[in-house]
Amino acid sequence: MKVTVEVNGTTYSDDVEPRLLLVHYIRENCGLTGTNVGCDTSSCGACTIHLNGESVKSCTVLAAQADGQKVTTIEGLANGDQLHPMQQAFHENHALQCGYCTPGMIMASVSLLDEIPNPTEAQVREGLEGNLCRCTGYHNIVKAVLAAAEGKVGAQ
Amino acid sequence: MIPVAFDYKRAGSAEEAIALIAEYGDDAKLLAGGHSLLPLMKLRLATPSVLVDVGRLSDLSYITDAGDHLAIGALTRHRDVETSELLAAQSPLLAHSAANVGDNQVRHRGTIGGSVAHADPASDLPATLLALGATFVAKGPGGERTIAATDFFEGFLESALAADELLTEIRVPKTPGAGWGYQKFNRRAQDWAIVGCSVIRNGTTGVALVNMGSTPLRATAVEQAIAQGASAKDAAEFAAEGTEPPSDLNASPDYRRHLAKVLVRRALEAAGV
Repeated sequence: MKVTVEVNGTTYSDDVEPRLLLVHYIRENCGLTGTNVGCDTSSCGACTIHLNGESVKSCTVLAAQADGQKVTTIEGLANGDQLHPMQQAFHENHALQCGYCTPGMIMASVSLLDEIPNPTEAQVREGLEGNLCRCTGYHNIVKAVLAAAEGKVGAQ
Repeated sequence: MIPVAFDYKRAGSAEEAIALIAEYGDDAKLLAGGHSLLPLMKLRLATPSVLVDVGRLSDLSYITDAGDHLAIGALTRHRDVETSELLAAQSPLLAHSAANVGDNQVRHRGTIGGSVAHADPASDLPATLLALGATFVAKGPGGERTIAATDFFEGFLESALAADELLTEIRVPKTPGAGWGYQKFNRRAQDWAIVGCSVIRNGTTGVALVNMGSTPLRATAVEQAIAQGASAKDAAEFAAEGTEPPSDLNASPDYRRHLAKVLVRRALEAAGV
């Protein structure tokens, strides 16, 4: 079947099998490998992207379901060389160790702040319950999200 | 993990969806948010040959005050149930239960109708809807019918819906100011309940259990004890009566029976019993 998906502002159109998962479409058809496949069972959140502006786990969405919709991946956040404030906050707060969960973590965090612009620490921790960090680096991840929410990013 | 190959049909209306599932029968499955169905298909525990995607039927996504009850479209996402101001005022138990489903990403996709039709005894919403005495509206080729929640859940992942019926609406009574409690015990924050309990106290007391058998269950012995004036602590002793809790990696049946008593007591206390 034919699907047309706008990914990071670029329109992609491909013939795909109905069973193709969105994460594979993003990685293999669009060539955007920043989105990782982790558990492949909608538990870990490594594959989190935005579908029409909201965080979703792209291993549990069919490319067919994204037909005609707008997708944003980690590659779509920065503005040229200028990192997105959430990316900058992760960088400044050392909110990554091995980095595997990071793209999903950042996409989930951006979506979380869209819904709760000024979260408490507890709301950040609960809001990221769908993203697992196997380095267990949660402390600095939460710190980074709070810094981004408070605008404490860059030129410190 | 890749599902078995299937044909994909996107329904443009409820009527078209019903016609498609009537045409393909048992080979077809309805796809809403897909967050119960797609994981099963990836594990190849479900292998439908046709998926009928109803995910874009936005006219089935609504939460409205229907006078003597609240009407919720089957395609209303968990996120919208969780954050609805109408539900916060008129059915806070339902809004709170929806907030317990999965995680943010799951709640952005999963729908209340999908959760009900999937009939997973470990899911949060079926038990809450059972406690609330909800009614489900199903549409088929022959028209529309309503099914009481108490008659709906027939077995593990089995409901009273016919193969050619589409669940279109969930109706719940208004319970403003009622006492309520929802308790969920799990090991990972985002997970299904190992055991859960939903309580609504609105004149009478409704108590339902998550993951204590092959279907969500009403804890009728607890309800009767409360009706006869028992305290929360005493009534909760009956929590495991008539249940057949499953055994899995997370818990033995004995441990689940213990959890049920503790969680029922806590939920009853939260509801003001």
